Amino acid sequence: MGNVGIVAMRELRAYFATPIALVFIFIFLTLTGAFAFYVGGFFVRAQADLQAFFVYHPWLFLLLVPAIAMRLWAEERKTGTIEILMTLPISTTEAVLGKYFAAWAFCGIALSLTAPMWITVNVLGDPDNGVILASYVGSFVMAGAYLAIGSCLSALTKNQVIAFIMSATVCFLFTMSGAELVQDFVRTLAPEIVSQAIFQMSFLAHFESVTRGLIDLRDAVFFASLIAIWLFANVVIIDIKKGS
Amino acid sequence: MIKLQNLVKRFGPLNAVNSISMAVGRGEVVGFLGPNGAGKSTTMKIITGFLPATSGTVEVCGFDVGEKPVEVQKRLGYLPEGAPAYGDMTPASFLDFVAQVRGYRGAEKQVCIEQIVEKTSLKSVLDQSIETLSKGFKRRVGLAQAMLHDPPVLIMDEPTDGLDPNQKHHVRNLIREMAADKAVIVSTHILEEVEAVCTRAVIISEGRLVADGTPEQLIGRSSIHNAVRIELEPAELDLAKPAIEALDEVGGVDILSRADGRASLRVVSKDGQPITVAVGALMREKGFNITEIYTEKGALDEVFRQITIGEDGTEVNRG
Repeated sequence: MGNVGIVAMRELRAYFATPIALVFIFIFLTLTGAFAFYVGGFFVRAQADLQAFFVYHPWLFLLLVPAIAMRLWAEERKTGTIEILMTLPISTTEAVLGKYFAAWAFCGIALSLTAPMWITVNVLGDPDNGVILASYVGSFVMAGAYLAIGSCLSALTKNQVIAFIMSATVCFLFTMSGAELVQDFVRTLAPEIVSQAIFQMSFLAHFESVTRGLIDLRDAVFFASLIAIWLFANVVIIDIKKGS
Repeated sequence: MIKLQNLVKRFGPLNAVNSISMAVGRGEVVGFLGPNGAGKSTTMKIITGFLPATSGTVEVCGFDVGEKPVEVQKRLGYLPEGAPAYGDMTPASFLDFVAQVRGYRGAEKQVCIEQIVEKTSLKSVLDQSIETLSKGFKRRVGLAQAMLHDPPVLIMDEPTDGLDPNQKHHVRNLIREMAADKAVIVSTHILEEVEAVCTRAVIISEGRLVADGTPEQLIGRSSIHNAVRIELEPAELDLAKPAIEALDEVGGVDILSRADGRASLRVVSKDGQPITVAVGALMREKGFNITEIYTEKGALDEVFRQITIGEDGTEVNRG
């Protein structure tokens, strides 16, 4: 196992060393269920699919993923353990990736615990499981994108609350930029090309096409490059800020 | 094994480290002394590759820390100030993590962890979470983490700060044991510690290296080095003082106290040479009734103050 793996394992264990992990998973499962059944009208729709379930994921991740990411670097800086971590024979990139993958794996665990929804809809009807699988993958990748933002911004401060608020805000911008409300507003002010550019940055737009069962290379490139850029910024920020 | 050349570190307008050059060889334990904010910790952080230097170079075991930080870090153990550690881990899992990063696997890893647990007496708390441990145990976890891979270079920032006397004693013994074949740098505020564990003392003030020598040499710079303390009858004081002052070797005589039927004198040596024999002989010759006579070594504290407090008597304070 390389350094990235060793760091990731330590980090993942740290989530489960405190009640944070269980509290998070409990809230995530409760909210995804509540949204799907009550707000999304899972039963009222009377359709054998998980649209009502996935459509709220961007909004849930908006709040919950920054909560996972906020401790990644802020806590290390606050307690001074960053001085231990960054003087072990590990490169900054390895440390950033290790921590990021641990948080992402944690999201994956939480997401996989929603499997009973998938089972339920298969019991009740005959859904298109390909679409559901694609939606799960899309949801997981989108969580990874939110996490990359959260991890990067967490490195900016020693205060986890500030880290949370900053990343929730930035995640909100990346989500909202695709909403009709924002798009209408932008169109009145700026030419079509600007509103298109903003629309293209939206997680909503890319995620929605995936939940309809369309896996487009452009969506994959969008999320992959977004993650790469934020993690690169994360490495740069750590190198600049670690000593202060 | 450690070589600093014209090391400079600036934080904005502040010169935290101002052109420090020095070398530390195998078997040396160097004590970094200096007021708070003098640049000790910053220098250590640069050596460990945690902070980049503004200019100048640091070489550890032949590797430049700016160019090959990971190679340096492989050969180095570091105890940061306050011995931070992951509070929600246990010493066992924390040391396991460090051992893995250090490249140990399987049985070799177990042996290496067992050895360091033995050396640092951590066995009784291995499965308690680190945040519940006492300060002494936390410090030992930090030391264990730093020494686990038996590194040739060991950097420790205030390893005994905040420990009780027994714990200090234990940590100092540990450092002495480990030091034989290593290059060690220890920073401290406790001057007796320098005398207890260091083979060399370096005083840093305002980011500059202002003194460098064995603890004995530094003590030799004390103004009262080799002074003689005499206690005698107050009645004889007025006779004794001029007689002593007449000796060639004597630089001056201070009356320290004069009460309760006893008077106390300090005879300062003119050029720091031993004068006790000469003074003693004079006392006997004149038949003074002395109740006590001994040589003062001078204190590192005093030298430290002499060197680090500015001419105007104000403390050098740079936060």
